[in-house]
Amino acid sequence: MINSSLKQLASMLQAKKISSVELTQSFLTRITQYNPSINAYIALDEGKTLAQAKAADVRIAAGNATALTGIPLAQKDIFCAQGWQTTCGSKMLANFIAPYDAHVITQFDQAGAVNLGKTNMDEFAMGSSNETSYFGGVKNPWSFDHVPGGSSGGSAAAVAARLCAAATGTDTGGSIRQPASLCGLTGLKPSYGVVSRYGMIAFASSLDQAGPMAKSAEDCALMMNVMAGFDERDSTSLQRDKEDYSRELNKPQTDQPLLGLKIGLPKEFFAEGLDASVAQVITAAIDVYKKLGAQIIDISLPNTGLSIPVYYVLAPAEASSNLSRYDGVRYGHRAAEYTDLNDMYNKSRAEGFGAEVKRRILIGTYVLSAGYYDAYYLKAQQIRRLIAQDFIEAFKQCDVIMGPAAPSTAFKAGEKVDDPVAMYLQDIYTISTNLAGLPGMSLPAGFAQAKDGPALPVGLQIIGNYFDEARMLNVAHQYQQVTDWHQQMPDLKRA
Amino acid sequence: MALSIEDIKKIAHLARIEVSESEATATLSKLTGILGLIEQMQAVDTTGIVPMSHAQELHQRLRDDVVTKTNQREAFQKNAPMLGNGSTQPAVAGGLYLVPKVIE
Repeated sequence: MINSSLKQLASMLQAKKISSVELTQSFLTRITQYNPSINAYIALDEGKTLAQAKAADVRIAAGNATALTGIPLAQKDIFCAQGWQTTCGSKMLANFIAPYDAHVITQFDQAGAVNLGKTNMDEFAMGSSNETSYFGGVKNPWSFDHVPGGSSGGSAAAVAARLCAAATGTDTGGSIRQPASLCGLTGLKPSYGVVSRYGMIAFASSLDQAGPMAKSAEDCALMMNVMAGFDERDSTSLQRDKEDYSRELNKPQTDQPLLGLKIGLPKEFFAEGLDASVAQVITAAIDVYKKLGAQIIDISLPNTGLSIPVYYVLAPAEASSNLSRYDGVRYGHRAAEYTDLNDMYNKSRAEGFGAEVKRRILIGTYVLSAGYYDAYYLKAQQIRRLIAQDFIEAFKQCDVIMGPAAPSTAFKAGEKVDDPVAMYLQDIYTISTNLAGLPGMSLPAGFAQAKDGPALPVGLQIIGNYFDEARMLNVAHQYQQVTDWHQQMPDLKRA
Repeated sequence: MALSIEDIKKIAHLARIEVSESEATATLSKLTGILGLIEQMQAVDTTGIVPMSHAQELHQRLRDDVVTKTNQREAFQKNAPMLGNGSTQPAVAGGLYLVPKVIE
């Protein structure tokens, strides 16, 4: 049951083979058993969770269930959920109880989904290993010595360890796709503006986007049907018609369901820096796509290498502004001892933020400071356009772009924590889509043997054109019809 | 451009983050590495390229001028930090937030 799809769970619930309370309880039992070692959840509240499950059972009995009614989900701790501790992985917000719901939380509540708890994450979503969390690192369920990726590392580990049916994540530079790749799950970062950012704690507002992290493309589609849609409370939410993201999944099955699909392979995604064992898995996945009827086209995204420098100007610049709200006055951490107002700000922020968050605030402050604006911020915005134009050109030749989601499988905890630049290079294949605002996803494509250890998951990345999520989900779904990588589960007793 | 310890202290002051001498030294080497990465941008000729400030070409929507929020001061003030300097009381009084005196 823990490995069932959302669709299977919904039909079991609606056929009364199991109640939502029983299903929820079975996940809570697993959480009690495994979370102390994995540390995927920051906040759990059994009372609130079971109350939602009971309400879902009443709704199912009354015959007005939705596709997600009664299904237990995990929410990244970046989303405000009323009455829940909402920390964003930071000491700064360790005691913050959200007084309102994020749009995403409201949408899941209205669908009747059950909130199992808030998942661990890199502090303020700044990190690629979940090691910057004030609440401690998260173990990769496939090997406890390895990181789950980040920043949505808790959500990724929770889905991989089957400590929830599916989860939410957010992706500013790869924070859904890289952990999905490292933990062997399917994660989608939608086009910018598709999911409301209302109540989602801001990191870099022009890049942040929420999306689903689940076992399969089909599950992601069902999650998207709930999460996506216009919300007037987010000024960047796009006014588009409501979509059924599963509409393309159920086309008649043929031997070559993807006949005519043009897949672009950017040469920059297969250049130096990509682990050979990962490249092998990606090549094998592309061969499967050929058998499904797709045509492979070699393309180039020449400015890929610049995406990291550009990102590490723009994201910290936006973060330094967004995080200026944490001043110890109205909420968040306030220093225990201070002399005057400035001393209170300086000490509260020095104590409340961790090292990586401080580094990014300082970088952002520097690039925006007098005399440097043109050389850094403006220049980065200009190159951002070049990066976006690369994609526009590429999509004249192909329908989707494929490549690895991350340059390697999961690395060991502690391996990169003292080397920010090495950590930043983890996101080399994911950042450019955020800069362009395009949708991207990662799906499990196999395993690669780590240098000194176990076989670990490898994610295939699919990048689509603007608002092409339904097609991408179908492209992923067809692969998942002929492979079973997405159904494999880690052995938690051995990990 | 090479950063100095003085630069780090100045940036930290602008960002209102207290740094000790030893933190400033450690930060200097990390930030120098990151700025080295960022410097790669300078090799690109960007003459005439319009900066891209956002992923979508958006213009601000206007909403009707009607009241949509109710006063939730009491709910919000439940998250007030502790006053500090020996007091474990919340830093609120009479519906206001308490901060050190700024006007003598």
